[in-house]
Amino acid sequence: MPNIIKNGIVIDDDWKTVTLTGDDTPETIKLPVGRLLVPARVWRARRAELIGREYEHGWALGVRLTAEEGPEAIATDVDDFTVIAVEFSRFADGRGYSTARLLRTRYGYCGELRATGDVLRDQLFYLQRVGFDAFALRADKNSEDAQASLADFTAAYQSAADLSSSLQRRATATRLAA
Amino acid sequence: MYRYDEIDHRLVAERVAQFRDQTRRHLIGELSEDEFRPLRLQNGLYVQRHAPMLRIAVPYGMLNSRQLTKLAHVARTYDRGVGHFTTRQNLQLNWVKLPEVPDILAELAEVEMHAIQTSGNCIRNVTSDHFAGVAADEIADPRPWAELLRQWSSFHPEFAYLPRKFKIAVNATKNDRTVAAAHDIGLHLTRDAAGELGFTVQVGGGLGRTPILGPVIREFLPSRHLLSYCEAILRIYNRHGRRDNIYKARIKILVKSLGTAEFARQVEAEWETLKDGPEDLCAEEVRRIAAHFTTPDYQLLADKDALFEVRKRDDKAFGRWVERNVHGHKVPGYAVVTLSLKAPGLAPGDITATQMETVATLADDYSSGELRVSHEQNLILSDVRQRDLYPLWQEARAAGLATPTVGHLADIVCCPGGDYCSLANAKSIPIAQAIQSRFEDLDYLHDIGELSLNISGCMNACGHHHVGNIGVLGVDKHGEEWYQVTIGGSQGHGASIGETLGPSFAADEMADVIERLVETYLSHRHADEQFIDTLRRIGVAPFKSRVYATPHEERKIANA
Repeated sequence: MPNIIKNGIVIDDDWKTVTLTGDDTPETIKLPVGRLLVPARVWRARRAELIGREYEHGWALGVRLTAEEGPEAIATDVDDFTVIAVEFSRFADGRGYSTARLLRTRYGYCGELRATGDVLRDQLFYLQRVGFDAFALRADKNSEDAQASLADFTAAYQSAADLSSSLQRRATATRLAA
Repeated sequence: MYRYDEIDHRLVAERVAQFRDQTRRHLIGELSEDEFRPLRLQNGLYVQRHAPMLRIAVPYGMLNSRQLTKLAHVARTYDRGVGHFTTRQNLQLNWVKLPEVPDILAELAEVEMHAIQTSGNCIRNVTSDHFAGVAADEIADPRPWAELLRQWSSFHPEFAYLPRKFKIAVNATKNDRTVAAAHDIGLHLTRDAAGELGFTVQVGGGLGRTPILGPVIREFLPSRHLLSYCEAILRIYNRHGRRDNIYKARIKILVKSLGTAEFARQVEAEWETLKDGPEDLCAEEVRRIAAHFTTPDYQLLADKDALFEVRKRDDKAFGRWVERNVHGHKVPGYAVVTLSLKAPGLAPGDITATQMETVATLADDYSSGELRVSHEQNLILSDVRQRDLYPLWQEARAAGLATPTVGHLADIVCCPGGDYCSLANAKSIPIAQAIQSRFEDLDYLHDIGELSLNISGCMNACGHHHVGNIGVLGVDKHGEEWYQVTIGGSQGHGASIGETLGPSFAADEMADVIERLVETYLSHRHADEQFIDTLRRIGVAPFKSRVYATPHEERKIANA
């Protein structure tokens, strides 16, 4: 079973990823049993069915956003999801950072926020600061090695999703919670 | 100037440790070149023509003598004993070795320096006025704001992987010395009718392939909102800037495609959700930062020092240096001095390790121990007593730092070009040298007066050629190096982008071309007109016809 880093530790991951390929359409793609991370298009097309599966089988809901899809794609639905995954097609494409930040600080999403795709250890620290708490590393990378990078820095100059109290004034650089 | 506290020290040390481990993993093959590239760029490390180049940050151009002494040590120990000051107030070393870079960064951290975000698609070193704090025309000291921006942008987690690089300048005078209009964000300190301090915000300026002076998107932003407003701009850019084409990825393209009004509307809407939030500045924090930017204990001096006046009159060479390289100071009896890095025959902006040590000593002996790097690639001593100017000049001259050409044609701004840079289409340093040796006669230079000449080796425009009165751009034509000339660019208040003169020239024609441009000006000028004034009055045509007056085959003209 693949693993992910979740809240700083490596755990097995039993979520299945549904991907639209070739002739697949959101309306017709076959949904396997179990907990699924579905593209936002599938969520929109088959919302009732997905919610029904959760009621019937207890399979929690997960959705996947591409780099192009901002949080607006699921803005009114964030409370329906147990996992929101943000896809990085290239690690150097930074749009997902803003998506995460907005999901946490503007849309009030408190569930698992997972970085998937081209996710590498040297980006983990910043990903964590904008609100990701789960990381599915690229398949050829080792999650155990990568964990250490979450502690690369022990302070921060600016607020982000991890330091977002609106009362907090920037009297000095802020120490990150250990 | 700003001094690190425990947290600043810790962050920079943690960055050095992080990069040391990344370098290690790269060298043993765990981190591919593609994965390593953005990491090393965000630590200032380029892979160049001959060796890696390390660009060391000089935040808003401020240095102290201890730091400069350390830079001399680093240049000597890890490089070939020479550094190059850039048009973004940074220092580049051209011959470093990759495995030694973590050690260099550790040495820099000892003196509160780093190479963080001096390259890469992130928020770069913030630039400001090299006369900050001593200029008589200043609305307020820009350095506390530049420092607040430096801290806010350093390791910003959301904006480390932008579509493209992002440059911010803070200007504090009417007569802008920062070329703020040519930055991704240009901030102009200003006061509203009630006297409150704030910023006029310009966005989407830039040189490079598509030179644009940025439009103003907000006339007045109260200063406490500086960071939240920048965050709003950066978020709109990070989300919507183009990522499909590197040449269309700067924010200026986004501003242009949306239109200024629509871009401003989106920024304002984003900002509505951020203002009065955690990024807004409290007065206490601004005061904490501002308290670092102290002035020396100025002595009560006469406006004109008698001995200085005598020296100036009796020693012609000194008088000429004073006229060009010494500037007014807001405090009577004091002066601001430009130490020129434009000695004939050397690359503009280059400085040897020995010269760095000399400058550090001069700063300690004759000024406040602090100095500034100007974007014209010279060094500035900000607090020199008039009576000390003569001995200072003698020492600076002996060290090759007193070329009396500041603001003249020979004060050439120039990128490293094809001699070093792997992006360059053509060499720029030999062109600068050829022009400098053509215009060696100081009396002639004096007669020509104010004339800025900027040379870039490629479209990336590190030499800021678009805003030079005369701009030279290296271009590649079928594998050969050619040079395109623009005239009419200018910096400062009412900055302008130069106009292309016509077909490009071969390297060996360039000194002639510049000479003809100058002759055209001299033959048309009215009394007290500078080059740019005459050009604006008579237009480009007379210059063009004079330069292209000789037959084509003689000039070996390339195809237009």
